[in-house]
Amino acid sequence: MPRVTYVSHDGDSTTLDVPLGTSVMQAAMLHGLDGIVAECGGSCMCATCHVFVREDQLKLLPEMELGEDAMLDGTASPRRPNSRLSCQLVMTPQMDGLVVDMPETQT
Amino acid sequence: MPLARVPRVVVIGAGHAGFQLAASLRQHGFDGDVVLIGDEPHLPYQRPPLSKDYLDGKIGLDLLQMRPETFFIENRIELMSGVAAAEIDTEARAVVLANGARVGYDHLVFATGARNRVPPLPGVGLDGVCYLRDLAETDDLKQRLAGCQNAVVIGAGFIGLEFAAIARGKGVAVHVVELVDRVMGRVVCPETSAHFVEAHRKTGVEFSFGARVERIAGANGKVAGVELADGRTLPADLVLVCIGVEPNGELAQAAGLALSNGIVVDRHLLTADPAISAIGDCAAFPSHHSGGHWVRLEAVQNAVDHARCVAERLVGKSQAYVALPWFWSEQGAQRLQIAGLTTGFQQVVLRGNYAGGEYSAFCYADDRLLGVESINKPADHAFVRRLLAAGRNVYPEQAADESFDLRAAAMARPA
Repeated sequence: MPRVTYVSHDGDSTTLDVPLGTSVMQAAMLHGLDGIVAECGGSCMCATCHVFVREDQLKLLPEMELGEDAMLDGTASPRRPNSRLSCQLVMTPQMDGLVVDMPETQT
Repeated sequence: MPLARVPRVVVIGAGHAGFQLAASLRQHGFDGDVVLIGDEPHLPYQRPPLSKDYLDGKIGLDLLQMRPETFFIENRIELMSGVAAAEIDTEARAVVLANGARVGYDHLVFATGARNRVPPLPGVGLDGVCYLRDLAETDDLKQRLAGCQNAVVIGAGFIGLEFAAIARGKGVAVHVVELVDRVMGRVVCPETSAHFVEAHRKTGVEFSFGARVERIAGANGKVAGVELADGRTLPADLVLVCIGVEPNGELAQAAGLALSNGIVVDRHLLTADPAISAIGDCAAFPSHHSGGHWVRLEAVQNAVDHARCVAERLVGKSQAYVALPWFWSEQGAQRLQIAGLTTGFQQVVLRGNYAGGEYSAFCYADDRLLGVESINKPADHAFVRRLLAAGRNVYPEQAADESFDLRAAAMARPA
């Protein structure tokens, strides 16, 4: 099963098995991981599942749709070029080994 | 003076508000006891997906839960599931449970939510008359939907229309009956109502407006149709009743607290009893975004932001509640996002492509922006949220001017 490593703002890292078809946000919620809030439950409505993706892994991710791009402008921690909403990162085989950094705050 | 024992916060209601309060207390390092009392038998779960992906079968119970069971253990949140509170002893500061047990509190939080309004209609007790608010109702509805041919929806609000879109997607014939002349009339402007009716009609949903239901007809105890005052009978093997909710305020009222469209609290979400707060759907509070008028909102955002505000107060960081209200609905391919409180608007300015179904409706009182409905236009929503939360205006002429750069205005540093 593909794996994703979540790095908290304090630098603690947690690696989880994430089934194909499950989003990076959903896996975090299922494991009760702090640092991702996902207030809207994954509808791309709230921008509280914000993560930063390592630059060299950006190309492995599903393409960003307009809705996500827009909501990223409303994140609590300022957007960076490598910002994504983790509810939109649905696991594919090529995403195995993904590392995401969680922002200082989601709300 | 140090407390003789650790303080205990007791929360009644384990929905979005109650869960968030417990979680936020721990995030802020609260070291006392946290007790979360919920009358449903499950772990706390998210409600918005019930009428969307969960009903549609796209996600299961595991993804509906807020957190796994281990979260409650690790965070020392004592979760009492399937337990109803019967009475509050404010003198002794204790919650009396339905089984007679007492749970003492130093601070009590009502997060009791709301319940379905049940119309006093003949036939409302027939088998096949459904509701869509909690998990048990949704599981029942989901099962019935599988074998359903004709569904009648009573009430054209968010829930009714979200259900209509999913039922149509499963090939069910859907007829929506609404007492007033448009959909979502309580929350959106007429232009947005018109857009949504058109979108639903295109997928085959039928509507009757200004339609009063006389009775729900049945045969052998099962629902068979819905009889309208104009003499028509709409065939139905499933009737969804979604005509709004009533706040759960009876426990608070019995404890001597004021009730007026919800449990009355001040701008710190505190009741007249300094040891009792109320948050979420059950609370009527003076909103910073409605000129200080008391409002009661039914929204996840409101529930979790209320919870955060009270959690901060309980750890000594008291602040008035000022969070900007926002709402959303997903109906088939249509996405509706609302920022702000538009009640009492006098003027609507449409921005974007209304005919093409990608637009925002800016709602004004005089030239002050109250709120914005964004339809398939998430960027506008994100920008308006920033602007309204910062207390900034977008004038009607600016909203009407497509060359006005909303993004730049939202991203500009406050003067």
